[in-house]
Amino acid sequence: MIALLLILIPFLTGLAAFFMREGKMARNWSLFSSLLTLLCIILLITNSVSASNASFDIAWLPFLGSRFTLAMTGMVKMLVLLNAIIYFIVFLATFKRAFIQPGRYFGLMLLMQAGMMGVFLAADGLVFYFFWELALVPAYFLCSQWGNEKRIQATFKFFVYTFIGSLLMLIGMIIMHGKTPDHSYALQSFMHANLSLTEENFLFWLFFIAFAIKMPLFPFHTWQPFAYEQSDTSITIVLSSVMVKMGLFAVLRWILPIFPHAAVSNSHLIIILGVISLLYASVIAVRQNDLKRLIAYSSIAHIGLMCAAIFSGTVPGMQGVMVQMFNHGIIVAGLWITAEVIETQYGTRKISELGGLAQKAPVLATLLMIMALGNIALPLTSAFVGEFLMFSGIFQYSIIIGAVALISIILSAIYTLNMVQNIFYGNTLPATQDATDINRNAKYAMIILTVLILFLGFYPQPLLQLVNDSVQGILSGLNFVLK
Amino acid sequence: MNALVLCIPLLPFLGFLIVGLCRNKLSKTMSGILASGVIGISFILTLVIFFSHSYSPNAITYFNFISNSQYNIPFAFQVDQLSTLFMLIITGVGFLIHVYSTAYMSEETPEHYARYFSYLNLFVFSMLLLVLGANYVIMFIGWEGVGICSYLLIGFWFKNNQYNYAARKAFIMNRIGDVGFLLAIFWLLARLGSADYSIVFSNASTLSVTDVTGITILLFVGAIGKSAQIPLYTWLPDAMAGPTPVSALIHAATMVTAGIYMIARSNVLFSMSPVTMDIVAVIGLATAILAASIALFQNDIKKVLAYSTVSQLGFMFVALGVGAYTTGVFHVMTHSFFKALLFLGAGSVIHAMGGEQDITKMGGLRKKIPITYWTFLIAVLAISGFPFTSGFVSKDEILMAAYAHSQPLFWLTTFAAVLTALYMFRVFMLVFLGGFRGSEEQQHHLHESPPAMTIPLIILAVLAAIGGFVQLPEIFGGHDYFNEFLAPVVPAFKHVGESMAVQEYYLLGGTVVGLLIIFLLCKKWYAVKHFEGKYTGIKNVLAHKWYIDELYDAIIVNPFNNIAGFLKSIVEKSGIDGIVNGVGRFIQYSSRQVRLVQSGMVGNYILIMVLSITVLFMVFWNQDLIIGFLQKIF
Amino acid sequence: MPVSYYIILASTLFCIGVAGVLTRRNAIIIFMCVELMLNAVNLLLVAFSKMQNIATPPGGVTVGGTDAQLFVFFIMVVAAAEVSVGLAIIVMMYRNVHSIDINFLNRLKN
Repeated sequence: MIALLLILIPFLTGLAAFFMREGKMARNWSLFSSLLTLLCIILLITNSVSASNASFDIAWLPFLGSRFTLAMTGMVKMLVLLNAIIYFIVFLATFKRAFIQPGRYFGLMLLMQAGMMGVFLAADGLVFYFFWELALVPAYFLCSQWGNEKRIQATFKFFVYTFIGSLLMLIGMIIMHGKTPDHSYALQSFMHANLSLTEENFLFWLFFIAFAIKMPLFPFHTWQPFAYEQSDTSITIVLSSVMVKMGLFAVLRWILPIFPHAAVSNSHLIIILGVISLLYASVIAVRQNDLKRLIAYSSIAHIGLMCAAIFSGTVPGMQGVMVQMFNHGIIVAGLWITAEVIETQYGTRKISELGGLAQKAPVLATLLMIMALGNIALPLTSAFVGEFLMFSGIFQYSIIIGAVALISIILSAIYTLNMVQNIFYGNTLPATQDATDINRNAKYAMIILTVLILFLGFYPQPLLQLVNDSVQGILSGLNFVLK
Repeated sequence: MNALVLCIPLLPFLGFLIVGLCRNKLSKTMSGILASGVIGISFILTLVIFFSHSYSPNAITYFNFISNSQYNIPFAFQVDQLSTLFMLIITGVGFLIHVYSTAYMSEETPEHYARYFSYLNLFVFSMLLLVLGANYVIMFIGWEGVGICSYLLIGFWFKNNQYNYAARKAFIMNRIGDVGFLLAIFWLLARLGSADYSIVFSNASTLSVTDVTGITILLFVGAIGKSAQIPLYTWLPDAMAGPTPVSALIHAATMVTAGIYMIARSNVLFSMSPVTMDIVAVIGLATAILAASIALFQNDIKKVLAYSTVSQLGFMFVALGVGAYTTGVFHVMTHSFFKALLFLGAGSVIHAMGGEQDITKMGGLRKKIPITYWTFLIAVLAISGFPFTSGFVSKDEILMAAYAHSQPLFWLTTFAAVLTALYMFRVFMLVFLGGFRGSEEQQHHLHESPPAMTIPLIILAVLAAIGGFVQLPEIFGGHDYFNEFLAPVVPAFKHVGESMAVQEYYLLGGTVVGLLIIFLLCKKWYAVKHFEGKYTGIKNVLAHKWYIDELYDAIIVNPFNNIAGFLKSIVEKSGIDGIVNGVGRFIQYSSRQVRLVQSGMVGNYILIMVLSITVLFMVFWNQDLIIGFLQKIF
Repeated sequence: MPVSYYIILASTLFCIGVAGVLTRRNAIIIFMCVELMLNAVNLLLVAFSKMQNIATPPGGVTVGGTDAQLFVFFIMVVAAAEVSVGLAIIVMMYRNVHSIDINFLNRLKN
């Protein structure tokens, strides 16, 4: 029941928000909604709610063989928690901002949250597809209405890209439906479908390309920097903290258990793609002058690493990916919030036009410094745990690939420190002459993130234990194939 | 006991939090007392451990940091002789430098003053983590932690972009080393399923030769980055952009010696791989000579000391490379005394000169700042290896170990030692002897530093003078207390035989005579009223540091930037994005072309209709033929 | 008479119609050609119908198929309606543009 609640709360409050004309009311309402969702998932994680409440199953489209099934695993809980936290943070950080058409903005945001919740929870192919699209469509409207000059163009690209992916996935789902013994869309039946190796391989690629676009993985990534740059930063936070995790999550939950043979036989190619993605995006980030583009490329690099780690098929790799999905989410949210503060308060996001902010805005500088350190996976920030495990997994898979991938930690240091130095150090420039410090709401949001980052960096056990069952489950499926 | 050990790193961390978070509210005195106080207490706690001999080869585990079904990395500390020694150096020297800083940084605003001390505390915390960790992962946490603190402190005066570049360079070069270190950890985890020292060392014999060689070389790559050896040494001289006490603490006494600590800690692994040992010795030697040669013609007092540090670290690696681990560690200790003293002395000089660092503009400071003069003299004698100072004892042991290993190594190391004496006396003469070469204003400004600065100088001077007695060779009536102390963790180098006694006397005599000659030569060259500091020919090349920085720019930095630019503007924009946009444009273009078929001429439509009907009929009538044909093709 | 005669006649008429539609530009002539094609088909329909169902039910008289002949009436009725509409269109067209040349009427293009 609580699983359904996690979808229903944002869905219903989102619908209600559409009818709110007044910005103040809409934002209070959404903050309240996000708090409620957060409370739900925290209750679930702390075991205050009995586990039997966690899943949900009801007839939905019987003539298609689809049931409305929601299921919880450790990984799902973690991502739902991430989703809830990020929404709370976003609403908190932008609390004082006046949006045009606030009712629609908050309504669409909450609908998107409901969609992403559904994606994480769904255990039925058609339900999964339904929510996948439900998350995409509000994103489309959000990006095309609140953003910068070229937002329509960027959104169009984003939409076409992801929609092609969605269609590939839909085709895959329908074929899978035909292959299942009981003609259903349930995840469990998919896992027991009779597939020849060729069929499995074909379907694997159908699904994988769909998810690779979402991640995004090189060479399907070009929608991302453009979309992140052009859409409003509050929306970018959600896109890059939570929505890109949908791609990784889908690989973990849908591809690996259903197509284990194909996953194992294609792992080499995909790991190499992931590492290319990692290094390529890192190198490009070094030369970026646009703050938002820089963060976008850095994000592509991290996602590439996670994708490679997934297909390493090792215990540390898998564990690392899971925790890193969460950690990357909170760290990149922190980076985006600073980008948002800088863009709205100083009116530029060109790194070359900024400088000397550490004198004018010491709090902002300190907080961004911590986020930047998280971004380069410094030990005792949470990202270190994830990256350490992931690199360790890739290294177990292949020493050479591991060594090549590790070069990225040098590159990440280069571009992140470049950014920090150019924005905060040196002397002030015209744009930052009369800069004020970070506003109070954004500060609170950043402090929450900082505490999370440092706590999980020092004591990552809660997170590791949360995802333990998922790691075991996925790997036992893969190991079965390997033997 | 466990809580006590935990307190040692935790106190500086608390200090960092309190001073850092309340930097707007604390007065300068308060933040100075707080920051120095926590380090002082840590030092006292370390002394408690030292005197109670509560060492244990077993790790103290606090909680599981990372655990999975393949390996378990506990958050554990190991208190043994080696880590205790380093803790004593870190907290002891660290405390003195904190005290010194309270006066040295007094011109900063309270906020920046507190920021400085919070960074310094964070550094001590990270460094303690590094030496206390009971496995390589905890060591790595400290390893990167000290790196970031060094970054923050080098760029402490962040308004100056030159300093920021230096800070970034330091961090990135360290990261290159860190890649090696991390790979070594992964390798260990993959082969042995653990990174705990106890497990790794007891199972080391199960590793193949390739594994051991690979792991040790990668570990050494880490050490190269952190301890500024060829080819990653260029960050250390640039790191002198930071405040001088920082250079003393981080870039002389503690952080840069982390590489030596790591190798000494992993002596079991390194001893198994002669190849790596040779590489360590050769790189150490090359660095010792190269850095010393550069130091000969530098005019910035801190730059000379920085190259001197690089050179001395090279000596330590020579010792490690020939298998004399305890000797390397011993030189770490004595070096931390005299090099910290040199830096703090230099700081005192700079303080007196009102921020001037160019030694060509100094001279004749002997009378003006006597305490600094005397302590600096002791440090110079120690680093040059004047008999019975700490530097003599440790360097003498390194030379002996090198001699036992191979003759050429010995002579080259001796050559580096001679260079050391040369450049140190040069600095000493230029700064303290001769006549004053600075401006009137500076001369007027000259004054001895406040007690908060001179007392640490005096303490360190005493240590630099007598610190070597714990390891005095037996023929001088000493005893290997130091080696015995470390013996449970690091085996001593077995070289002290009967025949060595004679060489010991040769060395003693040689040193005295050599130093005297060098002293007189330097006095003739440098203790002068006018000194230009302009060089030509080979001296110019040395003054320009062999143009290594320019070389790196030309072969690494610039090509990398060009590649990045190429990827960004050509491959990404025109290539991949071009293809993606090209697909869209092709569809638009082709639909524009196809649209023309709809000419609006009814006649054309009908013609096409009739033709297509005819074709359909043809196909229909000949379908067997067509299918047969297709089957033949596919 | 063998049915092939009918087929040949109908085909010829149909081809004349097709050729007319393709070559002529005058709307009325095209219209007439369309009618010609239609009636060629009608003719064929009647002929086939007559040939197809020649059968003798037990104890009855031999009858030809009449179903398609009925169809033909429908077709003629519909064609008549079509003609009236079509001619009306052509008239209206002539009133508007003073021409019934179909090449002049390429407005579909836009």
